[in-house]
Amino acid sequence: MLWELFVLFFKVGCMAFGGGYAVMSLIQREVDHKGWMGAERFQEIGSLAGMAPGSIATNSATLIGYQQAGMPGALIATTGIILPSMLLVVLLAAFFVKLQHSLGVRSAFYGLRPIVTALIVYAAIHFGFGGRAEAGGLLGWQTLGMLLICAGCLLAIVKYKWHPFAVILISAAAGIVIF
Amino acid sequence: MKLVLQPSGTSRLRLIPQIFAVFCKIGPSTFGGGYAMIATIEKEIVDRKGWMDKSEMGDMISVAGSAPGGVAVNAAAFIGYRLGGVIGALAAVTGITLPTLVVVLLLSLTYALFKDNPKVEAALKGVHAAVVALILVAAWKMARSSLFDVATYTLAAAALAILLFTNLHSIWLILGGPAIGAAVVAIRRLKRPDVRTEPGTQELDSSAMMPEYYI
Repeated sequence: MLWELFVLFFKVGCMAFGGGYAVMSLIQREVDHKGWMGAERFQEIGSLAGMAPGSIATNSATLIGYQQAGMPGALIATTGIILPSMLLVVLLAAFFVKLQHSLGVRSAFYGLRPIVTALIVYAAIHFGFGGRAEAGGLLGWQTLGMLLICAGCLLAIVKYKWHPFAVILISAAAGIVIF
Repeated sequence: MKLVLQPSGTSRLRLIPQIFAVFCKIGPSTFGGGYAMIATIEKEIVDRKGWMDKSEMGDMISVAGSAPGGVAVNAAAFIGYRLGGVIGALAAVTGITLPTLVVVLLLSLTYALFKDNPKVEAALKGVHAAVVALILVAAWKMARSSLFDVATYTLAAAALAILLFTNLHSIWLILGGPAIGAAVVAIRRLKRPDVRTEPGTQELDSSAMMPEYYI
């Protein structure tokens, strides 16, 4: 199990261009595929991961590792997801800082960034609505409540520049009122 | 330059616990991440400790932002390596990760204790909605720094359609995007030598140029 956790999150770590959000749907897909958890449990884990400081993907890895294999699992999964980027950054820091500005690298990122944008949008949709269609509640009160809170949060962050943690706390209170 | 596995000399070795301590301190403040977090790191490393100068920070931000993974961890790896070799990188990454790991585990254990309480369950549903909003904000910021011409808009729309309506693994998109990007730039260069690969600076304020990889 520990090896399986390490390999899974090492692979995820290799693909985490654009940071944590872009790989959330990939993690969701993989844990579902392995039969470790369904959409609802994953949404719980993602919500807890989003409440803590640090990258949401790394925090999710910690929690999934913990669920599957206790404390060693948490440590192994976290190491797995961090290791690829750490290795790459150390190599870049040692040899290739100038490579960043070469045309080849710039044009690769020119094509990669739109993909990352799509991945993050998809993560929001998948994380927000995954499992709702099967549960038969795509248009129910639950979904409406979620959309309401989500819209309020967007307004608070974009227009009023609230700190994300304040937004999360108020949403928790709103959740108690609505659900 | 060569890869430095071990810090040379006792002064660099003595730096290791300090590196660990500084990043341990930065770790919890990575909430809200992105640009705010880079500012915290800069204040601590450049202003307070004097370990690096501003131009090195610029290198650091461009490497940390383009490698896979969260910007905070990448920044820690870069700075740790420059200061204390591979051991320094390990110390910095462990330092920045450990506090958040403890926080998220404590949160999850607390939640597990009260999860049968319907109010706690409802609160977490509220948090879920907030996290969806945070992801959308990240997507919007990423879009602002990546979508600026027909090719990039088309690529993003096509990738989203593929994700929504097919079962293709996202690794193919991550490999395909750069290939298409390189091809588009190569074709355009046949006509015009100065091809833009980033949004023009006049369209964006400086903070938007730093893609919000992290939040």
